[in-house]
Amino acid sequence: MPLSSDTTPVLLEVRGLSKSFGPLQALQNVDFTLRAGEIHALLGENGAGKSTLIKLVTGVLPCDAGTFRLGGVEIAPRSASDALQAGIATVYQEVNLLPNLSVAQNLFLGRQPTRFGVVRQGEMRRRATALLADFGLDVDVGAPLGSFSVAVQQITAIARAIDLSARVLILDEPTASLDRHEVEILFRIMRQLARRDIGIVFISHFLDQIYEISDRITVLRNGRLIGERPTADLPRLELIRMMLGRELAEATGVRIAASAQAPRAPCASFEGYGKAGYITPFDLDLRPGEVVGLTGLLGSGRTETVRLIFGAERADRGHIEIDGAPARLGSPRDAIRHGFGYCPEDRKTDGIIPDLTVRENIVLALQAKRGLRRPLARREQDEIAMRFIKLLDVRPPDSERPVGLLSGGNQQKVLLARWLATAPRLLLLDEPTRGIDVGAHAEIVRLVRELRDEGLSLLVVSSELDEIVTYSDRLIVLRDRAHVDELRGEEIAVPRILAAIAADGEVRTRGAAR
Amino acid sequence: MKFRSRRGLAQFVALLVILLVDRLVSPQFFDLRFQDGRLFGSLIDVLNRGAPVALLSLGMVLVIATRGIDLSVGAVMAIAGAIAASLADSHALPLVLAVALGAGLACGLWNGILVAVFGIQPIIATLILMVAGRGIAQLITEGRIVTFTSGDLAWLGNGSVLGLPAPVVILAGMLIVTAAVVRGSAFGLLIEATGGNARAAELAGVGTRATLLAVYAWCGLCAALAGIIAAADILGADANNAGLWLELDAILAVVIGGTSLFGGRFSLVLAVVGALIIQAMNTGILLSGYPPELNLLVKSVVVLTVLLLQSSRLTAIASRFSGGKP
Amino acid sequence: MSRLPPVVITAMVLLAGFVICAIQFPAIASTRVVANLLTDNAFLAVVATGMTFVIISGGIDLSVGSVIGFTTVFVALAIEAWGMPPWLAFLAVLSICALFGAAMGGIIHHFDLPPFIVTLAGMFLARGVSFLLSTESLPISAPVYSAVSDFALRLPGGGRVTAIALIMLAVVIAGAGLLHLTRFGANVYALGGSRTTTALMGIPVGTMTVRIYTLSGLLSGLAGIVFSFYTASGYSLSAVGVELDTIAAVVIGGTLLTGGQGSVIGTFLGVLIQGLIQTYITFDGTLSSWWTKIVTGVLLFAFIALQQTMITVARRSAARAGARP
Repeated sequence: MPLSSDTTPVLLEVRGLSKSFGPLQALQNVDFTLRAGEIHALLGENGAGKSTLIKLVTGVLPCDAGTFRLGGVEIAPRSASDALQAGIATVYQEVNLLPNLSVAQNLFLGRQPTRFGVVRQGEMRRRATALLADFGLDVDVGAPLGSFSVAVQQITAIARAIDLSARVLILDEPTASLDRHEVEILFRIMRQLARRDIGIVFISHFLDQIYEISDRITVLRNGRLIGERPTADLPRLELIRMMLGRELAEATGVRIAASAQAPRAPCASFEGYGKAGYITPFDLDLRPGEVVGLTGLLGSGRTETVRLIFGAERADRGHIEIDGAPARLGSPRDAIRHGFGYCPEDRKTDGIIPDLTVRENIVLALQAKRGLRRPLARREQDEIAMRFIKLLDVRPPDSERPVGLLSGGNQQKVLLARWLATAPRLLLLDEPTRGIDVGAHAEIVRLVRELRDEGLSLLVVSSELDEIVTYSDRLIVLRDRAHVDELRGEEIAVPRILAAIAADGEVRTRGAAR
Repeated sequence: MKFRSRRGLAQFVALLVILLVDRLVSPQFFDLRFQDGRLFGSLIDVLNRGAPVALLSLGMVLVIATRGIDLSVGAVMAIAGAIAASLADSHALPLVLAVALGAGLACGLWNGILVAVFGIQPIIATLILMVAGRGIAQLITEGRIVTFTSGDLAWLGNGSVLGLPAPVVILAGMLIVTAAVVRGSAFGLLIEATGGNARAAELAGVGTRATLLAVYAWCGLCAALAGIIAAADILGADANNAGLWLELDAILAVVIGGTSLFGGRFSLVLAVVGALIIQAMNTGILLSGYPPELNLLVKSVVVLTVLLLQSSRLTAIASRFSGGKP
Repeated sequence: MSRLPPVVITAMVLLAGFVICAIQFPAIASTRVVANLLTDNAFLAVVATGMTFVIISGGIDLSVGSVIGFTTVFVALAIEAWGMPPWLAFLAVLSICALFGAAMGGIIHHFDLPPFIVTLAGMFLARGVSFLLSTESLPISAPVYSAVSDFALRLPGGGRVTAIALIMLAVVIAGAGLLHLTRFGANVYALGGSRTTTALMGIPVGTMTVRIYTLSGLLSGLAGIVFSFYTASGYSLSAVGVELDTIAAVVIGGTLLTGGQGSVIGTFLGVLIQGLIQTYITFDGTLSSWWTKIVTGVLLFAFIALQQTMITVARRSAARAGARP
């Protein structure tokens, strides 16, 4: 019972899929249909069940109920290799290849050409070179994969999957660590594959990319199927409504700048601050009650700027003045002593401590700041934790739950709480809304504005231009690891930013190996 | 709080069961006698014999909580014992102790520097001293078994305080000191944060390097103390055999005590209980008249059982994790 | 390939060490001493070959010394006390050791436990069993033992390449072939790179883990047989601490202890370096045996420091190029 009157043959048919983890029903009677030669976007908030669906289809997890038919034949993959053999391949955001092996070994691992049990190295390299040439890639296939950029690694992963005669290719957030140019290369390859009648499942947070590339969209919410539509017939607002199950207040998109007061004296100013090979020296003043936005392509030096300011990376030139007095930022501890706080882009590796409780994660920075000999009493800790859990609406409101069990948005709130507990004067937020659901997204944006109004100085990195224009009082644009433009007031608008980013006419390729 | 008490229950029950089994094997097991101003009996014996491994586990548990491991503690014991025995008859006790403990501290710092400053994997970094340390101890004793007659040092092995053997008192003292340092200050939180996610802890302002240095140094110090007690006990130092295999017993004690080898949460008391469980088994086998060689077999079975128990728990948590963040 | 430089350094260390030894004691530069080096370290090279596979795959096997001890006791008892023909005793003990390795590999994989602690339990178990079998040193007087120890290829200059040295060379060559030329070998490197990724790429990780530890168990058993040929006896306390020498040889041979990189040839050179230190100490006469441990420790440190530096440099240049880890 296909949903629409399409004539293209159905490639992968999933019916009545269910899966629960203990009391949590992760998927409930979900259907999914992929046609040959289509690019099918799978959408949903965090926790909607996208990853679970993928894991079930690829045999990583066993399902409780449901059937899979591939090309009309029933399959029951029990492992990733079962799924591969059946013709379903997955490429993840963190490239699932081996950096210590050569590109050729990566392409042919487990099926290298052999003669009398001995791998034929020459033959393997020849085939690898030919295979990658198909994808417009010309690299030394004998070099370790780890010496190439993420984009090359991802294309290698796709090439491997296709060469394994995959008919279904699942791309799980493939564009998250690619810059615009690399995304275009990837999209070109995706279209090329779709023309070869390969079915592609595309998972992404970037709605723009989904509208650009996909033919059809399936939306999941809370483990249930909400709907399947052709992309062309699905307006953006309708899509968001399907994902959220409620109308999103038209908050985003409206610029709310700080009340036009006379600029206050900077609380921190950087002059000629930089590090060779890391970021070009920049000048930057940060003032109380002001949000400074920082944007640019990936690798343009956004995160690098923030890490340098926080002392996570040591500058080798330039001066800092904090409240007009010269200062030194040699480590995060120095920065914290001056009242800085930093919510990193990668919460899992740089932010949360998953085994520790919400309470311990919240008090950690404050405790580290106070030092060993002034431990916070348990009662104080509880009080601080509960105050911020209420203030930021952390769910569930349980201060003794290990933070690793919380959703991404709530983990982000715990990290914000960690810094707010230190009563900071300057907050550095690196992609604060990345990888969190739309509801939490709006709350974080609201919070940024509130904190500014309370007189905090904020430096916010975001690659979502529509978002960053709504709260930035000033906006720094980066390109090639340098601060190239600073926009103020009415200048802060998406077209203007794009122009600044693309000022040199073309974006340099970072494709091949060094 | 409820969580805490439930957490240690298994270990205490296990210890109790083993003691009861020991009682079945040897009817006099729970008997205590008071003679010549000190207590005697198998229970005291378990505490006394278990003290060195328990001391090692006090240091080891902190190291493991930072997601590390210290393979060199047996070798450090040998070094400290060799130093103490060599100096005992020619120097005053305070000096002997200072030099031997200082050596242990230096060994711990060496390990700590390799791990914290140079970023070498702990198992690899401490392997160096595990290999070379016993050679160094033999260098100190010149390959002989060094004996001494000093009563001062011997007291640490054979003396008693209020009827309790000196090693037990030293162990209790070290447990209290360690607990006071770790839980009385914020050090425990910093250790658990470092072990849980070192990068994140560093960015939250935790001095992870200093934390690592401190735990490895403390581990070296505990090992040296254990080495001194072992030497004092036998009135001599045998660089070949002092502390042999004990790093493994100490790791085992920590694992039995419920601290994960993957770092994070730890419990000092339960690590000591783990050491006592190991010793209660040793003593039981000895009393039962079975060949002491059986010990190794029993130990291997215990290691596997504990690991499998922890592992099923790990998988339960893991599946909850993967369910929680699709 | 990226695996060349550390091996080259190991070879240079060996060569430099040999030249220094030969200058000080010209007698060392003889086929006799070199051939003895092979014989004396034959069992170590055999077991280290297995350990190389384990370590490259990202694991570690602490049980090898105990398994060698067990093998010598089992072989001695089987031949002398139970009256088994030697070939049957060898077959039996190799099967037991292989099964033992397989069991450890299975536990490591299925319960997702750190190899270090599982093989630690294995180490206790194997040593405990050999103690239970016998605590005596058991001489072996089977004819095959005297035949094997009499056999040797004679080299000009008085060197004798013994049967056990030949066995060892065969194992090293076969091991190198298996690791560097076959799919199995590529999978070993893959496992050391990342277990999860290797599994996602469709390699049967569980089977591979079991096979790798089986290989290590098998080679430990073979090393035990070689050791029993070498000493013509079985003793439950033999090869105590050999796991450390083995790991040291593998690391000095340029294998990354974290897995993913290394070579069997390097391990072989690492074994020879350790043997050379011992030979030097024997020739010197005034130096004591503990210097072996200390020098080995220093070399271990040097190689670990070297690898660490290389990793740091690689990471730094990757960061500079803007590549994300």
